[in-house]
Amino acid sequence: MSAAATAAQTPVHEYQAVIVGAGGAGLWAALELARNGVKAAVLTKLYPTRSHTGAAQGGICAALGNLEEDKPEWHMYDTIKGGDYLVDQDAAEILAQEAVETVYALEHMGLPFNRTPDGKIDQRRFGGHTRNFGEAPVKRACYAADRTGHMILQTLYQQCIKHGVEFFDEYHVVDVLIEGGVTRGVVGYCIADGSLHVFRAGAVMFATGGFGRMFKITSNAFSLTGDGCALAYRRGVPLEDMEFFQFHPTGIVGIGILLSEAARGEGGILRNDSGERFMERYAPTMLDLAPRDLVSRAIYMEIREGRGIGGKDYVHLDLTHLGKKVIDEKLPDITEFARVYQGIEPITQPVPIQPTAHYAMGGIPTNVEARVVFDEKNTVLPGLYAAGECACVSVHGANRLGTNSLLDILVFGRRAGRAMTEDVRASNGELPELPAAPAEPVRGEIEAIRTRSRGENAQHIRVELAAAMMDDCGVFRTTQTLMDMTRRLRDLGARYANVAVKDSGRIFNTELLEAREVGYLLDCAEATVAAALARTESRGGHFREDFPERNDTDWLKHSLAYRAEGGPDLKYKPVTITKFQPKPRTY
Amino acid sequence: MQVDLRVQRFDPERDSKPHWERYTVQSEPMDRVLDLLHRVKWEADGSLTFRRSCAHGVCGSDAMMINGRNRLACKIRVDQLGRKISVAPLPGMKVIKDLVVDMDEFFAKYRSVMPYLMADDEPPVNAERHQSVHERERYDDTTKCILCAACTSSCPSFWAQPEYVGPAAIVNAHRFVFDSRDDHAYERLQILADQDGVWRCRTIFNCVDACPRGINITRAILEVNGAIGERGR
Repeated sequence: MSAAATAAQTPVHEYQAVIVGAGGAGLWAALELARNGVKAAVLTKLYPTRSHTGAAQGGICAALGNLEEDKPEWHMYDTIKGGDYLVDQDAAEILAQEAVETVYALEHMGLPFNRTPDGKIDQRRFGGHTRNFGEAPVKRACYAADRTGHMILQTLYQQCIKHGVEFFDEYHVVDVLIEGGVTRGVVGYCIADGSLHVFRAGAVMFATGGFGRMFKITSNAFSLTGDGCALAYRRGVPLEDMEFFQFHPTGIVGIGILLSEAARGEGGILRNDSGERFMERYAPTMLDLAPRDLVSRAIYMEIREGRGIGGKDYVHLDLTHLGKKVIDEKLPDITEFARVYQGIEPITQPVPIQPTAHYAMGGIPTNVEARVVFDEKNTVLPGLYAAGECACVSVHGANRLGTNSLLDILVFGRRAGRAMTEDVRASNGELPELPAAPAEPVRGEIEAIRTRSRGENAQHIRVELAAAMMDDCGVFRTTQTLMDMTRRLRDLGARYANVAVKDSGRIFNTELLEAREVGYLLDCAEATVAAALARTESRGGHFREDFPERNDTDWLKHSLAYRAEGGPDLKYKPVTITKFQPKPRTY
Repeated sequence: MQVDLRVQRFDPERDSKPHWERYTVQSEPMDRVLDLLHRVKWEADGSLTFRRSCAHGVCGSDAMMINGRNRLACKIRVDQLGRKISVAPLPGMKVIKDLVVDMDEFFAKYRSVMPYLMADDEPPVNAERHQSVHERERYDDTTKCILCAACTSSCPSFWAQPEYVGPAAIVNAHRFVFDSRDDHAYERLQILADQDGVWRCRTIFNCVDACPRGINITRAILEVNGAIGERGR
């Protein structure tokens, strides 16, 4: 079959708006569009209910004040301080303010929150969330047992069914069409039969999640390979603040599955080999509920100094004093994870844990309307939107607080839906022209992998990438490790250019798609390492052993990594500061 | 240790019917079946095809029949199964390729029970609806469902009558029928009172064994059944 014949046969679907990804951000945006009567489609490489929003456990913070006094302004402050002052404060203010109506809206949609004795939404403590600007922990996290994300995902999908949202399940988006500075649609790959489909749309939203699979030990699903970030990056959109990646303190040893911070919110304690509550030395006020970057570093320090359990590379999360009732009612899922994956009974035994790569603070730069911006002046790229972990607003700055990710996807997912509605209406329904033969460039890339008879195994490249990133670009970084990683990425990239697959079929060829995904991870890693090498300070999740202090004089700014020959070009843009001037960060 | 792994394979572009293939896989006792499948796919045969995503039992992608029972591949360990492990697609479902089955009908049945809150009252402004701890507890069990299809495809009534709406859809109806905030239990109960509804359940309990979330599915079906008797007709 000639390329021209294939191109002529490529189906073209027309929608006012196309959303890529069906987690919390994508679903809420879709709901907003459906309620506003905008013809929209949601594309997901999974089924919507498989999205990783469903794995979020502990809760979603909002200053409801149901159990004790609380204010959105305190939440805003905690978010900014937690992010080590790299947070854009206008965005953090929106996040904290709209948290309250967002949680109520979820309840109105039917989300089964845990309740207080008087029937209100129950709330519990979470890391870094405090009353009165850091005085003491506050009960701010609304939750549904330890499956809050599952309930959010289910509830939003239920509402999408109710409102007739159109889904393309198991369509893997493989290109975004941007020409002449205007977004024109996407190309999707139908996993069921291997066909390419062009989606022409005036508004394209990426809600594709993170890229934790670039690290060996991660809480992230196999599907979190940075697809949206990499596709945008390849089309000239920069990636912002990629050097900031969060390692969550409490992952299951060896496999990284998350044990929620809610375990510590309910009173769980971290202990070293001698049984000492070591967080007393690192964060005397917040103790085990200090922000994740501090706790993860503290765990590594204990391990380095030989105080890991039995001198090994993990410590204990002790829940044994909480009692069976609290554990069964409030932490049922995570204690089951410990039983299934470690053979540990948390009611009677401490749980071995180690930090696990968890969350990308960086991503596709957007403004507070979730419109993608592409330069130092925050100029909008017409027709492109992003929200959730793939985006960088930035509400998380250099380190995200627990529960703020669920909040982020919902607040800015909804804002994306509203912005798309506005822009679609302003265009009077006219769709942008498609580029000539829009599916052909990516068809060439895919066919090259599918038909190459011999070459590199993409999974070997992924395993090497993930191991090296863990060692050289993980919790601790130095000039040397980052330069080593830069060289290694060049080598892995060269090998990737020769990737081959054994499965040359068209129906459900997951080997081919996994090979594509490794390419996305390499792109995200490239931007991460370049930005990390350039940033000669330590802030939040980015810790440079050779530059251990925060340096506001030179580095209170966001990085922007642009794809270029021979490695990314880095530019910088200022942080928006409104109410809270940077201060030393102690807990 | 070495595991003797047998996998039912079917490539629609080459095969006319499914066949079994054997692999000898190096394994640790705490490995999950998903780890074994990945080892085969990444090292021996890239064409081995299965769905998976979260790899810790919450996304519901990798339900399959393992040693004769429906399990999530990411939630069942080698030491629970022994050295001989057989893996096949979910029974009673149309096979697309290897361990991947067609989920369209399953999701269509889920949608058919109106699985979303329908409340007639306007919700309060800038506040939540109240619900007591007891009212919340009433439907807690059925909120755990991850729509993996392990239960429905384990059900002999479903195998015999593919039109049967199936345990998963009933579980998701239960979640709303018993939610104190919902006002439209009647419509759902009418749907489930149909000849392809709850009456098809023969209380065989395969679904309870299959559920990776530990939901007491048969009890939920019986409760829906009882509700039809009380208020559904």
